[in-house]
Amino acid sequence: MTSPNPEILVIDDELQIRKLLQITLQSHDFSVILTNTSAEGLAAAANKNPDLILLDLGLPDENGHETLRKLREWSKVPLIILTVQSREEDIIRALDNGANDYLVKPFRTGELLARIRSALRGSEREENNPVIKFSEIELDLTNRTVKVNDELVQLTQTQYALLVLFVKNEGKVLTHQYILRQIWGEEFINQLQYLRVFVAQLRKRLEQNNSGVIYITTVSGVGYRFVCKPLEE
Amino acid sequence: MPMFRGAVSRRMEYLISSGFICGVSAICFLFTRYIGPEVVAFILLLAVSLIAMFFDILPVLLAATLSAVIWDYFFLHPRFNLRVGNTETKIMLSMYFVIALVSAVLTYKIRQIEKIARQKEERLENIRLYNTLLNSLSHEFRTPLASIIAATDNLMTSPSLLSEEIRSSLIEEISIASFRLNRQVENLLNMSRLESGFLQIKKDWCNIKELVEAVLQRLEESLKNFRISIEIPDNFPLFKLDYGLMEQVFYNLIYNAIQYTPENSCITISSSYIESSLMIIVEDNGPGIPEIEIPKVFDKFYRLKNVSIGGTGLGLSIVKGFVEAHSGTIELSNREQGGARFKMNIKTERLYNPPDDITQS
Repeated sequence: MTSPNPEILVIDDELQIRKLLQITLQSHDFSVILTNTSAEGLAAAANKNPDLILLDLGLPDENGHETLRKLREWSKVPLIILTVQSREEDIIRALDNGANDYLVKPFRTGELLARIRSALRGSEREENNPVIKFSEIELDLTNRTVKVNDELVQLTQTQYALLVLFVKNEGKVLTHQYILRQIWGEEFINQLQYLRVFVAQLRKRLEQNNSGVIYITTVSGVGYRFVCKPLEE
Repeated sequence: MPMFRGAVSRRMEYLISSGFICGVSAICFLFTRYIGPEVVAFILLLAVSLIAMFFDILPVLLAATLSAVIWDYFFLHPRFNLRVGNTETKIMLSMYFVIALVSAVLTYKIRQIEKIARQKEERLENIRLYNTLLNSLSHEFRTPLASIIAATDNLMTSPSLLSEEIRSSLIEEISIASFRLNRQVENLLNMSRLESGFLQIKKDWCNIKELVEAVLQRLEESLKNFRISIEIPDNFPLFKLDYGLMEQVFYNLIYNAIQYTPENSCITISSSYIESSLMIIVEDNGPGIPEIEIPKVFDKFYRLKNVSIGGTGLGLSIVKGFVEAHSGTIELSNREQGGARFKMNIKTERLYNPPDDITQS
């Protein structure tokens, strides 16, 4: 962690939600900036340079999608969408427009904190670190090898590419189309069957030595998320 | 009667009513030796009334007029002539015409009144359903709200009087009640998606095993004291289904099993592909469902009798609605060895051979 107290900007028009977010975040050692409109939120994002933004999609002055689009024109700050709408289209749109993650209200506090930590970690991660290590998985990017519980796991090229993509985006929801585009290319973005089959294969490979551990979680109708607790450093 | 109407177009109504009058007149004509014009008049009036029972007002008026002309021409003296003889016959003909029209209009009016009564009945039925909904909803929403308010009141007004143990149990009550509320809201939203008719089904390739496992993970907490068995082969093909809807189907079925079976019961989810149809079975080894209630369990707002488990009675009707949105069927039966079995059949495309590893050299 770079700073002891990462600063979180909340953009939400519901007073009760703001209040509870403030209590929750402050009691977990985050500093909090509260705003209740898109305009205020964007101004605070520019002036205060927060470490992470929590954005509600239903804002009074403009649609949260619009806020996100404006923000992404100049900032890469990690951003998590909070929404009452669980419509897949909305979620996919927000993720495609650069949101790191989303949570549908009502959400569990534990879930919120886990997503915040994972988004903060993502922004800090060394891009060119050749060896990525999670609890049981060790990924050596230079030698292209994967170990689970210190045992070498044989992966095909596609399985390996998929795993690298997941690991590099640990904790982040990747939409089906995004993964298909990254691994197979633009013309395959509607070939969901490729992804389903390879995810099933990859899961089997990774999870055979770790009964019960699920790394690749399914995000209904949206995509996949790679979750894994990193080793304490 | 109403079914017959509507099935016949306006033009057909004109044709059928004039054809019917001509046919009846022809039969009467064959018997002119035995029956007088007065009897024929009654038979024709009966024919016009019959037409009025089924058809719209204009074809009926046509039938009335046509029958008057036919009666005059073929049956009234002088016959085969539209001329009317003496004053008596003139009166008879005008009377006939008036009676035919009056009976046509009256029968039509009675039908209108019936229609209004039927609409009223439907409206009453809607109101009844609406009241059931209101009762069920106010119960299902107010009960958890009551526990939340009571628990928070206790926590706020007399914190010093409460032991640590009681405090944490009150907090747990709040948590349970909120989740219950959230589930009901989810059900209501799904129901309104179904009812609005705007349910758009988005089919894409699904891995049933992956889907079931995702649902089990969502239900992890509630499944702590249950045994789960998944009988889906590893190399099971992919199927074209709406992932979100099927997820809700499994969620509701499994949640239902959790609620209606004692702890430590076993819930089995199995799937197979027979004759281009995907079959999915969700079954348990609980007490099963009383046979006479089986046909009703998928009805909206239906709750099992003699069972004190909360719910709106929406869960299974949503399941049925979502399965039917896939043009599938679902049926419930009791297993021979005890327990309930939900069996779904969905005709769908499948993909057996996994795509090749195309980046493999």
